[in-house]
Amino acid sequence: MPTIWFMIVSVMIAAYVVLDGFDLGAGIIYLGAARTTEERRMILRSIGPVWDGNEVWLLAAGGTLYFAYPQLYASAFSGFYLPLMMVLWLLMLRGIGIELRSHMENPVWQGFFDVVFCLSSALLAIFFGAALGNVIRGVPLGSDGYFFEPLWTNFRLGPSPGILDWYTVMAGVVALVTLTAHGALYVTLKTDGELGRRAKSLALSVWPLQLILTLVSLIATWFVRPSIKENYLTYPIGFLIPLVVFASLGLMLVATRKGRELQAFLASCVYITGMLVGAVFALYPVILPASTDPANNLTIYNSAAGHHGLTVGLVWWTLAMILSVGYFVFVYRMFRGKVRLETESAGSDFGPGDISPDHARKSL
Amino acid sequence: MDSALLVHRLHFAFTITFHYLFPQLTMGLAPLIVVLKTLALRRHDELYNQAARFWARIFGINFIMGVVTGIPMEFQFGTNWSHFSRFAGGVIGQTLAMEGMFAFFLESAFLGLFLYGEKRLSPKAHLWSAVAVFVGSWLSGFFIVVTDAWMQNPVGYSKAADGSVQLSSFWELLLNPWAFWQYAHNMSGAVITGAFAMASVGAFYLLGGRYKEHGRIFVRVGVVAGLIFAVLQLFPTGDGQGKMLAHNQPTTLAAMEALFESTPGAPLVLIGQPDVPQRKIDNPVILPKVLSFLTYRRWEAEVKGLNAFPPDTWPDNIPLLYYTYHIMVGLGTIFIAIMVLAALLLWRGRLYHARWMLWILLLSLPFPYIANTAGWITAEIGRQPWLVYGLMRTTEGYSKLVSAGNGLFTLLGFMGMYTVLGILFLFLVSREIESGPVMQPAAAH
Repeated sequence: MPTIWFMIVSVMIAAYVVLDGFDLGAGIIYLGAARTTEERRMILRSIGPVWDGNEVWLLAAGGTLYFAYPQLYASAFSGFYLPLMMVLWLLMLRGIGIELRSHMENPVWQGFFDVVFCLSSALLAIFFGAALGNVIRGVPLGSDGYFFEPLWTNFRLGPSPGILDWYTVMAGVVALVTLTAHGALYVTLKTDGELGRRAKSLALSVWPLQLILTLVSLIATWFVRPSIKENYLTYPIGFLIPLVVFASLGLMLVATRKGRELQAFLASCVYITGMLVGAVFALYPVILPASTDPANNLTIYNSAAGHHGLTVGLVWWTLAMILSVGYFVFVYRMFRGKVRLETESAGSDFGPGDISPDHARKSL
Repeated sequence: MDSALLVHRLHFAFTITFHYLFPQLTMGLAPLIVVLKTLALRRHDELYNQAARFWARIFGINFIMGVVTGIPMEFQFGTNWSHFSRFAGGVIGQTLAMEGMFAFFLESAFLGLFLYGEKRLSPKAHLWSAVAVFVGSWLSGFFIVVTDAWMQNPVGYSKAADGSVQLSSFWELLLNPWAFWQYAHNMSGAVITGAFAMASVGAFYLLGGRYKEHGRIFVRVGVVAGLIFAVLQLFPTGDGQGKMLAHNQPTTLAAMEALFESTPGAPLVLIGQPDVPQRKIDNPVILPKVLSFLTYRRWEAEVKGLNAFPPDTWPDNIPLLYYTYHIMVGLGTIFIAIMVLAALLLWRGRLYHARWMLWILLLSLPFPYIANTAGWITAEIGRQPWLVYGLMRTTEGYSKLVSAGNGLFTLLGFMGMYTVLGILFLFLVSREIESGPVMQPAAAH
């Protein structure tokens, strides 16, 4: 039963990264790719109806993690106290940046929220990457199952590291580059014209960097946590994962060049999923390794909730998942296709929020 | 009091209090918007559609504030209250995860359709998307209330070997009788906030002589809903919760009423200042024997006072508990009076011209927020010194490794952030109200 929930939580986290990843990525390239007000509105409109739903995956994954592994939730969330709080602030800033920007047709107001949206998206990508880096590297867990990490110590690995050291900073950069490409491919897919072309060339230009960083991070991980090879050696089928990662990375390049936009975006989704699955596969059955003593590792067995709760959960979780996938398919179908400003009057199509009072006054 | 404990308590108290200013309007407005949209569809009247769109714009701003201030709530169980999470996660993890899986997905998926999709959907489908948002927000409230109800009245659990509690009965947890009354009382309170907000904006338009047609709709819908739910708030929901309290948390009841000594024929204190060291009430204004009657339906029944319980199980801030409880009940009574009066005038056809009454409706806007907040403070302070009633004390629940310094750093950060959010919210909502419910099609410009 703990293994089933381990897979479920992993799938939910992967779904979050793939889905919110593209709107975070759209935020990262926002200032660089979109030069005019119309282009910025197009990017915002391409993620407007879905970003909130994407972010719900984070809350749902968090809730499910809490439900399935209360010990892990308690330990990891209090141990990563400061970075998590900063993530919360960034999520808030980003949310209001997206939603409040369109409430006023004022260049100062919009310019301010443009920068807020872009910066918070980039910082979130780095934070999430660094968080994953911390989980792979291990944290200074005590024998009571708790720890507290300062933001940084000496940027070196060791038994009492900080949130940021060279390895986790690198993981943050990997995440930033990966989501930049992911977002650029999404914007390419959802828009055309000058903006679509710029997003495409951006995706192409970060590709070599992404390739190099993927290689470097795999090698670095090998040294930082030598035990990762154990699961791969025990179950050699695991070696398919890096193959999938590199194959999808290659496909991203080929498909983007040939203008097969959907294929390129899906390849990026597979790439991200592959990277995450690779990490999770290496960790299993540990979910939070201790940098102090492997005996303090949090595993799916010593941090899971009671058996009855997990069994009942399986029933309602499946039901809720079927319902949710239903809503998402429905919503994405409603908003499918390219975003075009001219075919949609700026009226109530973008929703009541977009008809700013300025707009109304001008037309009166 | 250990300072780290104090910081973690303030951290949660501050963030939850600020957060709940928004969901109460979300949950209160959602059914009223459904009413407006239904009326629009039935009567084929564009005025109702404009009214619904106007409130949807306010709903949208309010909703996003609720979302961004809500994310930290789930996180804080782990960050600031990790020992509590480890202890109780096996039970309340259920309801918190269900909130995400059932309510958030539903809400977020259909909020997009509701706010962004009016042109793409048929009027009926758009009404259904409004209903979905309504159901989602009320489901979310349900799971949170069930979580709190378990902390007030733990059921459906068993103790595990490591000292934590684990779920033993899913249905006992969901059908906790405490949750039933608390949910009814809470949701009715939310609709009161929504109804007063609608009536207040309507009164604002009528008094200013602008958008009179819309103002009448707002006042009418607000007063009718406000009357119904202000009455429901007292009876049966408030009464039901009071009886639950008398049965399960008699210490809390005694502290709320500042009843220091067990008394047969106990009086109800209307006004007065509790003096805890002297164990008496200063300057009391009382109704004799009424507390006994309200609690047990017998004038001479004995109500247990604080002296019947060991002092280390008394709530740790009796004056605050007493005041928040009295503020909630006092305001609730005033709400009934205001709405009965307004409804009478509406029935006689004089409300739209009774400027004094419109002024009262306009100015009463903040008070449902105060009453709802005071009610929640009563529930949570009243549970003290317990975090989970009878099972875990608050002193045992916080994150022991997160120091007071780190906690204060993020508390101050949240205070700064929420000040900005609050200003932005007021600014944007007042702009919407100022620019009014009539939207010219923007294509005309």
